[in-house]
Amino acid sequence: MIELDNLTKVFDTPKGAVVAADNISMSVPSGEICILLGPSGCGKTTTLKMINRIVKPTSGKVFINGEDTTGMNTQDLRRNIGYVIQQIGLFPNMTIEENITVVPKLLGWNKARYKERARELMAMISMEPDAFLKRFPSELSGGQQQRIGVARALAADPPVMLMDEPFGAIDPINRAVIQDEFLKMQQALKKTIMFVSHDIDEAIKMGDRVAIFREGKLVQHSSPDDLLAAPKNAFVESFLGEDRALKRLNLVKVQEVVSDEIATVNPGDTLETALGRIDDYGYQNAILMVNDQRQPVGLITRVKARTTKGYCRDHFENVPGTVTLDDDLRKVASLMFSQDATWLPCVDDQGRVCGQITQRAMTHHLGSRFRSREAAVRNSDSDVKE
Amino acid sequence: MPIQSLKGALRALLLVAIFFAGIWSQSSGVIDDFLWYLPDVQYLAVQHLWLTAISGGLAILAAIPLGIVLSRPSMARWAESLMQVLNVGTTIPTLAVLALSMSFLGIGTVPAVFGLFVATLLPITRNTYAGLKGVDPALMEAAAGIGMSSTQRLLRVELPNALYVIFAGMRTALTINVGTVPLAFLIGAGGLGELIFTGIDLYDPVMMLAGAIPTALLAIVVDALIATIAFLMVPRGVNPSRA
Repeated sequence: MIELDNLTKVFDTPKGAVVAADNISMSVPSGEICILLGPSGCGKTTTLKMINRIVKPTSGKVFINGEDTTGMNTQDLRRNIGYVIQQIGLFPNMTIEENITVVPKLLGWNKARYKERARELMAMISMEPDAFLKRFPSELSGGQQQRIGVARALAADPPVMLMDEPFGAIDPINRAVIQDEFLKMQQALKKTIMFVSHDIDEAIKMGDRVAIFREGKLVQHSSPDDLLAAPKNAFVESFLGEDRALKRLNLVKVQEVVSDEIATVNPGDTLETALGRIDDYGYQNAILMVNDQRQPVGLITRVKARTTKGYCRDHFENVPGTVTLDDDLRKVASLMFSQDATWLPCVDDQGRVCGQITQRAMTHHLGSRFRSREAAVRNSDSDVKE
Repeated sequence: MPIQSLKGALRALLLVAIFFAGIWSQSSGVIDDFLWYLPDVQYLAVQHLWLTAISGGLAILAAIPLGIVLSRPSMARWAESLMQVLNVGTTIPTLAVLALSMSFLGIGTVPAVFGLFVATLLPITRNTYAGLKGVDPALMEAAAGIGMSSTQRLLRVELPNALYVIFAGMRTALTINVGTVPLAFLIGAGGLGELIFTGIDLYDPVMMLAGAIPTALLAIVVDALIATIAFLMVPRGVNPSRA
């Protein structure tokens, strides 16, 4: 757990004092990633660097796992905090192995232990130890170098990590891959992480919490979903962008929106039965046809059912696509838009139909948060009047 | 290929020229004249190298710590102006430095070593300072951020990364030193300058060359020697000649 208590930094410049961080108080619970987000010069990096004293705080305190770090020796403090920077900062004079084992060596581990640890870390970041340990940083690509940068920060297994735009200098394709790998590692490692970013999409993807900074002040600190659904003021709103409702699609899973009520027909049913069921359930266009295992195999359209006689198995069309319970709504929306569909069947792990997701349900789910916020705003307005 | 055949022809021509030069020097007795100076050359070359070794060694011992001290953040206010002073110092001709040191320290080995020391000090200090200042600030931040003390940062990060530039400074400085030692003869410190200047005075080209050619060879050998040491000592990841 990281707690900041009224952390303040004032820089003396020739033009006068500049408050880079103004009474920042916040906390990051153990095992969570907190993203510090904001435009350049908003104080997010200064705040991060005060935690390991790369920037010396003017006033205020930092607690790590409940312990006040003010009295701690700077070197001891830093050796127990993993630190990853945008420029990566691998030591070019050292091999990959030497780079990774710098901190364990500083902490006085014996040779067998830190060598073993280096191999363990390489496996963790999915890089072949024998192929890379003896090479030099200049022989690696940017993405590989930053993986090593992360491994170096994790080497002594610190409980807390500080990451200063760690993936900012990596091309978008590799960045997405490294972000995914990092999240997967984090699920197992459960580090408490402060992470500076200026990329709203990265923040939503990586953060358990997001702290938005502006001109040295902490403006809003909440979960990504709350942030997108209920931005505190116009600045946060404009920073999140006009498509912030769309960004929330990333955060909502199908299982939160799915309706398990879905009518189906079997291949052996007649088209008359299908038409009856379409009308009973009020479906507009079509009904899903499933096989004996309840796997979706086709669609019976309303037009076809009304104008033709016969069995479903002879008159079905292809299913536009299916979604699973763990998919996010962004994928669902994309599939709907590309297939010109207003609803999609949802299947479980065995590919059996377990429900459906409709455009109406999605917009309703996303909109309800916005509506409740507007209601809250209206209520607070009336409170003021009374 | 026309260029290739041209190269081949030039090479053949060069070999023929060397061959005829050999015939001429043998028949005219120049080689025997040179060999007559061999004992002198041996004695003076050793003296020459001692002057280089002592003045150069002292210069390295003084210049690298000086460069390190100047590059420390606490010295940042003074470092640039001190480096300017050193740069101005470099422009003073070595002969003038020798003359000055003679007027304070008299004649002999001591003033010669002092003059050579001053001439050698400056390039090494300058390169040490520039090399250390040139280390990527991101490396320094990473080193500090993972908990290295300032001494550990200097020894494990700064010096290894600046070593190639520091060695380049030593190479320049010591090669110049070897080439400057002949001047030390003028203030009575010996060295191969004895043959060169006496040869000039006596209008004896063979004697002059008997001093000049070994001086040039020594400079080349010292240069190659330091290049080899640099090749072996500078870590592979930051060594352009091993990339």
